[in-house]
Amino acid sequence: MFRRLPDPRARPVHFTFEGEALTAHSGDSVAAALLGAGIGHSRTTPKSGTARAPYCMMGVCFECLIEIDGVPNRQGCLVEVRDGMAVRRQQGAPGLPEDLAGEGGQ
Amino acid sequence: MARSSDVIVVGGGLVGAAVAYGLAREGASVTILDEGDVAFRASRGNFGLVWVQGKGDGLPDYADWTRRSKDLYQGFADGMLEHNGCDIELKQEGGLSLCLGEDDYSETEASIHRMHNQPGVGENDRRMIGADDVREMVPIIGPEVSGASYSPHDGHVNPLYLLRSLHAAAQQLGARYVSGAKTLSIAKDGDGFRTETEAGIFRSGKLVIAAGIANKWLAPMVGLDIPVRPDRGHILITERMQPVLPTLLVNARQTADGTINFGNSHEEAGYDTSINPAKLAEIAGSIVRYFPILKNVRVVRTWSALRVMAPDGFPIYRESETAPGAFSISCHSGVTLAAAHALDLAPSILNGGFNDRFAAFSPERFHVSPAA
Repeated sequence: MFRRLPDPRARPVHFTFEGEALTAHSGDSVAAALLGAGIGHSRTTPKSGTARAPYCMMGVCFECLIEIDGVPNRQGCLVEVRDGMAVRRQQGAPGLPEDLAGEGGQ
Repeated sequence: MARSSDVIVVGGGLVGAAVAYGLAREGASVTILDEGDVAFRASRGNFGLVWVQGKGDGLPDYADWTRRSKDLYQGFADGMLEHNGCDIELKQEGGLSLCLGEDDYSETEASIHRMHNQPGVGENDRRMIGADDVREMVPIIGPEVSGASYSPHDGHVNPLYLLRSLHAAAQQLGARYVSGAKTLSIAKDGDGFRTETEAGIFRSGKLVIAAGIANKWLAPMVGLDIPVRPDRGHILITERMQPVLPTLLVNARQTADGTINFGNSHEEAGYDTSINPAKLAEIAGSIVRYFPILKNVRVVRTWSALRVMAPDGFPIYRESETAPGAFSISCHSGVTLAAAHALDLAPSILNGGFNDRFAAFSPERFHVSPAA
């Protein structure tokens, strides 16, 4: 669906989505990396459970909410993709953080 | 030629819209004159509580009036649905006001005893419960929570749906809504009133001023002195979560959509609705003491709004004696009192005897000689 413009300065960035190894370009947001990799939907909504994908790409619409390295509900369009990132679909609304000491949200 | 109606309501917020809906229910022709989106609009910034406990300390009539509105609320919500209103997400399943530490607990307990000793207030069924019982109702409380006061009467609504529902129902019953109609002057006109606005001139038999903070400037046009001032509150909204707050709190409620709203702050800031980061930090800091597990939950929106506050915190209702037929209606609990405003206060505007009925809420109480 999306085709990249050539960018000679870009280097490959390796991350996973739902455990599957994917490659992005340096400087991509997580949302752009997923769209570039042809990922169809990146979350389901809390109200109806229907599928959603990144939309506004500028931090406004919250359609790109996603779990990054165990932290739920991050805005994928505002986080730069990094080597080794573990990204998962945001399935509805998250529950309470599992670590009571609260180290999970950094 | 000026347009005419039985009653003009100046103000399209929760108080004005509730009164207008109540008047329209009674068959009156009503025109709502609203300033527009430059207005302060506490109705679009408030927390949505239908709250009973703690209200009326110092004025038993206010405790009774609040309880009456709470009792009317379900029928009020159902009635709007019959007139094209929307579901306001009303839940009346009880509420808690949490205490941090022993001093907070004993102060709250003393307040309950004080209110029980005032005639007519004991009915609100508020009682203290210990930390273990609180934990059964709200499992995520932290170790600093020493207990809570609980009332089975407390509840909440979605305040934006309430405002929308009131407007829809009033208009379905024939009320006319005029926006961009900031009121410039009010004058007696034969048996009625002539109201000049930025959207033209309107005539009416009766006139209700329900314009929030602006009653301070508008009420003198009909010979009333209404000393209200702005009291700024902040609200923080979290990301949507699974249900984690099964019981309503005075400073935290989880909405039907899953966001948690935090609030209950007070600040003297004049007519300034900007955000004070220090106040947000104070609210967030106290929330983390109540609920340490929410420490890393993401806050996605914040705002501030101005409550309409009387010197003693109680409503001010009065028909003008120099301009009979003109009424001033002010309170800071536009959500809690909406049912009573629509179903009880509005009919009193049409039926007479208003000042006898609401004598306890007269602004005369601010003018009593201190030497008496």
